[in-house]
Amino acid sequence: MRGVTVLAWLRANLFSSWPNALLTVATLWLLWRALPPFVDWAFLDAIWVAPDSKACRAAAGEGACWAFVAEKHRFILFGTYPYEEHWRPAAACAILVALWVASGLRRLWSWWLAPMWAAGLAAVGVLMWGGVLGLPFVENQRWGGLILTLLLTTFGLAIAFPVAILLALGRRSGMPVIQGLCVGFIELVRGVPLISLLFMASVMLPLFLPERVTIDKLLRAQIAMILFAAAYLAEVVRGGLQAIPRGQYEAADALGLSYWKKTLLVVLPQALRISIPPLVNTFIGFFKDTSLVLIIGLFDLLSTIKVSLTEPAWTGFGVEAYLFAALVYLVFCLAMSRYSQNLERELARAEAGRRT
Amino acid sequence: MSGRPMIELRKVSKWFGDFRALKEIDLTVAKGERIVVCGPSGSGKSTMIRIVNGLERHDAGTVVVDGIELGDDLRQVEAIRAEVGMVFQSFNLFPHLTVLQNLTLAPVWVRRMPGQEAEALAMELLERVKIPEQAGKYPGQLSGGQQQRVAIARALAMRPKAMLFDEPTSALDPEMIKEVLDVMVELAREGMTMVVVTHEMGFARTVADRVVFMDQGEIVEAAPPEEFFGAPQTGRARLFLSQILGH
Repeated sequence: MRGVTVLAWLRANLFSSWPNALLTVATLWLLWRALPPFVDWAFLDAIWVAPDSKACRAAAGEGACWAFVAEKHRFILFGTYPYEEHWRPAAACAILVALWVASGLRRLWSWWLAPMWAAGLAAVGVLMWGGVLGLPFVENQRWGGLILTLLLTTFGLAIAFPVAILLALGRRSGMPVIQGLCVGFIELVRGVPLISLLFMASVMLPLFLPERVTIDKLLRAQIAMILFAAAYLAEVVRGGLQAIPRGQYEAADALGLSYWKKTLLVVLPQALRISIPPLVNTFIGFFKDTSLVLIIGLFDLLSTIKVSLTEPAWTGFGVEAYLFAALVYLVFCLAMSRYSQNLERELARAEAGRRT
Repeated sequence: MSGRPMIELRKVSKWFGDFRALKEIDLTVAKGERIVVCGPSGSGKSTMIRIVNGLERHDAGTVVVDGIELGDDLRQVEAIRAEVGMVFQSFNLFPHLTVLQNLTLAPVWVRRMPGQEAEALAMELLERVKIPEQAGKYPGQLSGGQQQRVAIARALAMRPKAMLFDEPTSALDPEMIKEVLDVMVELAREGMTMVVVTHEMGFARTVADRVVFMDQGEIVEAAPPEEFFGAPQTGRARLFLSQILGH
């Protein structure tokens, strides 16, 4: 019985037609050629621990040299942050991830998420800077690695998102001046690559500022990224706003709700719900775009990997290093995308058109 | 029918581009009066009642609701909207809120009513429209007739002084029309000031104090139902009645 169903499934899905069968065979052949060597390289012949790079060099590329990642993981994750203080960025990472997870759980959605974020971000600030509570001060030029990526993403999105909502509302408002400003900002920022915004922020901006005013590099990069994300998110939110039927606005108007109450209580909750998939798409893109800060000399996760490869003893292990980076990015991006799928499903279930 | 009128339209005109949707409409609705507005589609019925609560802006003339003149001042428009309930053809319930939340939203946020009081009021109104058991459901889970009854309750939750109905039964399946009309008849018996745009002539006969017949943006006739149905004065009204009652 079971054998028959497996055969039927195979026939229906893999061998339903000649082209389909050919594709199946070709794919299987490619997998057979590629997978075993990869497994050999990545796992069976890999060197997991080694006191230095000699063992890896001796293996001459037969197996992956994960010892490199093991040796350098502290620098990759935390950059040039003082070694004995690494628990601080580690704890900061944990707090940021915890904040995201807690905000993601629907049953925790309530007003106290706001103070929780305030407290969490304050704690991250104290941990990273120090200078109080007996923690030695660490200037932000030494921040780097995963924590920098997470910080840029978190602050970037947390500030860009409300700005984006205002931009989207402004673009749809009937007031010509506000509408013009919003359209101008969105089109200008969207029409420029992120790299040029970052260069502008790091190189050009200081030229325009009075001599004694200096804004630190991290903050300037963060501002550039916020502007960039806000412009993109604004268009996503606008798409959601346009999908709300006119009747919803009229019903809210007819009840005497003011513009802001109508927007916050009736329009935005529906518009943002529709926008979840494109919003998460933009979030994921933004998370990965933070790696561009390496061109202005900030050390995010990808830059620390690049730097650790420049050490003479470990040059040439780029494949392992970048696979590791890819894995870290993949974990975060997969988590975001799985979460958004779950959220969509849950919200749809709550409002399902089905009768009970 | 004494004292200040509830709704007063004087020489109200409205253009959509070059099309003149309303031509110098005059209409006075007394407190407690029930008016049924009928007429062929495109005659301006909906436009007229949408002007009463400012969903549509009039281009000329004066609109006074409960002593407040409708003008450019947004606060006055909002004040009028809070006093005048509106029920739409397509229900327009808020799909992301439960039935109960649909009813408490405006009392809490516009009237600043405490949450518990608003919920008690909402449950009382749901009893009145005979669907208290649906309070926890989302609009998408209800039938059309149930949704429209919730929409009526939502408007009543603001304790309005007048109610406007814009073809409340036109989007309903025939078997659901009665349950909505029953609620409206009851509301009329309780003395609510009502302006109802509808083709339900049975409803007009039982409930209306006056039937207003509109055609091409004008009020052609306005008379008590027995007069209007028994002896329509104009050819246009006779034609309309024969079309709507003839089959």
